[in-house]
Amino acid sequence: MNIITIEHIAKIYQVGTEEVRALSDVSLKIDANEYVAIMGPSGSGKSTLMNILGCLDTPTKGKYDFTGVNVSEMNDNELAQIRNEKIGFVFQTFNLLPRSTALHNVELPLIYAGIPTVERRERAEAALENVGLSDRMTHKPNELSGGQRQRVAVARALVTKPSIILADEPTGNLDTKTGEDIMYLFNEIYEQGNTIILVTHEEYIAEHANRIIRVRDGLVESDLQVDNRKIPEKRVEQTEEG
Amino acid sequence: MFQTLIALKEGMLIALRAIRANKLRSVLTTLGIIIGIVAVTTMSTAIVGLESAFLNSISSLGSDVLYVDKMPWFAGGDWRRYRNRKDITFEDYEKLKSMLSSYDAIAPNIRTFGRTIKYQGKNAESTLIYGTTPDFLRTGGAIPQEGRFMTEFEVHASRRVCIIGTDIADILFPNEDPIGKNVKMENVKLKVIGVLEKQGSGFLGSFSLDGQVIMPIKVFQRAFGETRGRLRIDVKVADIDKIDETKDEIRAHMRTIRKVPPTEEDDFAINQQEMFTEIYDQTVGVIAIAGIVITALSLFVGAIGIMNIMFVSVTERTKEIGIRKAIGAKQWAILAQFLFEASFICIIGGIIGIVISFPISLIIDQFLPTAMPINIVVIAILISAFVGLISGILPAYKASKLDPVDALRYE
Repeated sequence: MNIITIEHIAKIYQVGTEEVRALSDVSLKIDANEYVAIMGPSGSGKSTLMNILGCLDTPTKGKYDFTGVNVSEMNDNELAQIRNEKIGFVFQTFNLLPRSTALHNVELPLIYAGIPTVERRERAEAALENVGLSDRMTHKPNELSGGQRQRVAVARALVTKPSIILADEPTGNLDTKTGEDIMYLFNEIYEQGNTIILVTHEEYIAEHANRIIRVRDGLVESDLQVDNRKIPEKRVEQTEEG
Repeated sequence: MFQTLIALKEGMLIALRAIRANKLRSVLTTLGIIIGIVAVTTMSTAIVGLESAFLNSISSLGSDVLYVDKMPWFAGGDWRRYRNRKDITFEDYEKLKSMLSSYDAIAPNIRTFGRTIKYQGKNAESTLIYGTTPDFLRTGGAIPQEGRFMTEFEVHASRRVCIIGTDIADILFPNEDPIGKNVKMENVKLKVIGVLEKQGSGFLGSFSLDGQVIMPIKVFQRAFGETRGRLRIDVKVADIDKIDETKDEIRAHMRTIRKVPPTEEDDFAINQQEMFTEIYDQTVGVIAIAGIVITALSLFVGAIGIMNIMFVSVTERTKEIGIRKAIGAKQWAILAQFLFEASFICIIGGIIGIVISFPISLIIDQFLPTAMPINIVVIAILISAFVGLISGILPAYKASKLDPVDALRYE
């Protein structure tokens, strides 16, 4: 089943009198339980593509069908609802609320989904447990290491049981070892049957996916299946460095 | 519905957390609101005090009593013109009484102020002395709480009796029953036959209604001379609905009695409590308008301040707004969050204002017995919340319309 179908989408910005084509003409299909890496140098249009795939932005032209719904012409509030229910974001800079505890950060999407307090708490606790942070629930982001923060963000992304996980350079702000921990976590999530879209510019990160889409100059340069994807190994000692 | 409530609760909690994180800034921002609320509550407290003092002052004047006097009460600059009029005499009173077709009570009333009453070495000073007849019990509402009022016989026989106010009773007779005792005033001995009910102090505490002494009019005239004081005739009408008719009748009779030629204007005035009420309403109106202007100005300045700081708050939290929107906050949820913040800041300002004006109301109470009205406290809080909502609208709208992509990129 196709979760994502985009047909000939373009995103054109007006900068002064000049037209900037961030995306020229992109068509893609992504199935359920795919693990897709989107790669490309800066300025290639991959961020714009990610924003559109994540329903944070709408295309100027073309059609975007997400889980059977045409989202390309939705308004702000309708998109917010789609993001809330069906998309889990993991960002490079974690994007946690600095003054809230890990638990509250994970609860946040459920708050906007209108889940009652008790159920919300249970689900958020379960999600944090899933990422191995059951002993850090009442900590605030500045009391957590970088890896732990990213795991809070992953828990937040998963707590609504979304249709896709959209990760934008999730290891970009982490050291290699911590980054591997996160990739191990993503692998687990994938193997549980989730769909992951990973945006990165690092080959060794992209190699974890089973499909790599390369973007350049607003166009899809290549779209290849990975025969031999990298399966990360669980590290034995869990040191918590930033 | 349920979803809305949960998101609203979150908005409220965020707003409170944001204010707690910026305590000093929030309080400084709300200064205009504080001043506005202090102004409106203090003014209302003062007006309540003025009103009760005023009502107290005119409580000795009945609304159904007409006061036939030489001059109108509020003569203003024309005072000199009225001064040369003939005095109203006791004979005028007697004639009017016999001519008037209907009345409940009619009493002559002559006064002098600043006399000293003595009893066994104790002095009650600055008293207000009335000379009158038994009908004063009804026209003046002078009800004795102890003893009795004067009788018709005591007036005709010029018996040296008097009824005293509670303050005088307290000063002269701290430990004994005043009834039957002889007090001395201007070398006239008077027997106390009654003590009046407590009436409270007059306007702005200027004089005490309880410092009065009432005696038969002829005793008064003998003690102070026929010409001392200005005689007034107090007529309590039989039917308050026909007060205007009675007024016209009195006017006609008085013109006859005082032989006023038809071409000339009255050489007397018929006063009413209503005249005081009008003057009072004008005075309070001026105070209220001044108060409202001050309040409105400071609330306006306050609102601008709040709006300004809310714009700062929105800018500071652009990233947070981006995160919230990315994970599914709708526009109204962001809007509500910032409206709550603005309202809470203003409500805090309102509460601080009330906390400040409460001791002020206690100080006012020392001069003008009053209390801060509860409804004004409620209104003040509501006004604060409303100002918050109004001044929060633009910043909150700006926040709710932020583009999630731009907001997330903001550092």
